[in-house]
Amino acid sequence: MLHALIMRVHTAIQLIQSRVSLAKSSARVTREQTCRKSRIAEILKAHQDDLAAEWVKNLQATGTGKDSRISESQLREQTKEFLVLLSEAAAAGGDVHSQAWNATVDFLEDVSRSRVQQGFTSEETARFIFSFKQPLFARLRAELAKDHEAFAEETWAATELLDKMGLITIAAFQKTREDLINRQQQEMLELSTPVVKMWDGILALPMIGTLDSARTQIVMESLLQRIVDTGAELAIIDITGVPTVDTLVAQHLLKTVTAIRLMGADCIISGVRPQIAQTIVHLGVDLQGVTTKANLADALSLALKKLGFAVTRTKAAN
Amino acid sequence: MALVKSEELPVRLEQDVVVARQAVRRLAVELKFSLVDQTKMVTAASELARNTVVYGGGGTMRCEVLIDGGKSGLRMTFEDQGPGIPDMTLAMKDGWTSGSGLGMGLSGAKRLVNDFDIVSEVGKGTRVTITRWK
Ligand SMILES: Nc1ncnc2c1ncn2[C@@H]1O[C@H](COP(=O)(O)OP(=O)(O)OP(=O)(O)O)[C@@H](O)[C@H]1O
Ligand SMILES: [Mg+2]
Repeated sequence: MLHALIMRVHTAIQLIQSRVSLAKSSARVTREQTCRKSRIAEILKAHQDDLAAEWVKNLQATGTGKDSRISESQLREQTKEFLVLLSEAAAAGGDVHSQAWNATVDFLEDVSRSRVQQGFTSEETARFIFSFKQPLFARLRAELAKDHEAFAEETWAATELLDKMGLITIAAFQKTREDLINRQQQEMLELSTPVVKMWDGILALPMIGTLDSARTQIVMESLLQRIVDTGAELAIIDITGVPTVDTLVAQHLLKTVTAIRLMGADCIISGVRPQIAQTIVHLGVDLQGVTTKANLADALSLALKKLGFAVTRTKAAN
Repeated sequence: MALVKSEELPVRLEQDVVVARQAVRRLAVELKFSLVDQTKMVTAASELARNTVVYGGGGTMRCEVLIDGGKSGLRMTFEDQGPGIPDMTLAMKDGWTSGSGLGMGLSGAKRLVNDFDIVSEVGKGTRVTITRWK
């Protein structure tokens, strides 16, 4: 759908280019074109209500109207408001990037943003504009039936205009989606750094997922900061939730361990499952005397022992 | 030797390394590789995919499921049209890196699989093929 649209815009551009060269080669054509003012604005204004009704009908036929995510009254409001803005802007004339078009563009961008939030696809979002083509063209045909040349001209102008509106809709849709993804990424970065206090002097960092460089950097910094803040003597880095330990992950871990040691604290890596241990050995990575444990419980028990704590059971389990 | 299945994935960005690892894990599970063998193959793929992105400037990974006699195997080919490797002996040496890695990726990947083959030409690109049999 998007691809088809881009192709269409592409052909449109080629058409414009060939028209321009045609206009240049013939002075008569140029004069004729400048004499005629687009009648789209006046047609839009005169038939606003009919156009809105047909547009909504079209939207419903293509599925948007039956969608429970958007009510019919909402759809009516949106089409109506857009038509008012569009006819005002078209009356003022000029390019869609000029001042007169600001309100129309803003409105379309708002519609796109709300479609993203309601979970519509880009195709469904773009359909808002494109389903207006048919009613508008039908109206142009009715109004300009006697003047073939004018009909061709106006149809072309209307196509160009609606394609531009469609592109604005899609661009806004894309932008909103990108913002959403960026925000989620930022949230993930924060989520993934929960440094937990296990005991007096013992911190744990449960790592989950892929340790790419950006994330590891943040995780490492927050752990080091917490060590400084709390004066912890021992940190446990738990990699139970890390599916693959390759040389890059190993390097990140080694750097973190070195930094922790430089701060005078000690470190245990837990969650080193048997298959991970074997793979690290074959990979040839030297963990340089880092203490590793298969699970977090073993690591905690070792940590407690190292700091001189003893855990005793005072009552037998029943 | 019969080729049962073949898939190709782009390996251009850091995120593609994650996708490549997932594809390899899925195939290794399908082939009922042991957990250790799965982990070895996924880790080797991770090393080679990252080299493709970081040094090769991006390329592709092809995964193939093979049957040879009664054995089944997983073969992966990493190919790029990057700068190539000028000194193969050096590149295959434990601990040698031209960047800021540990320099264990190529030699480590070789130890994690059954067959390892690397072809590289300066200015043309690099192709690494690894196979692990069940
Ligand atoms: N696809 C490639 N194209 C060009 N050069 C490569 C390619 N793969 C590896 N090399 C060269 O070989 C060297 C060794 O690669 P290897 O994977 O063993 O180590 P590394 O990537 O530098 O570090 P590590 O993998 O341990 O994080 C690299 O530093 C790089 O110079
Ligand atoms: Mg490498």
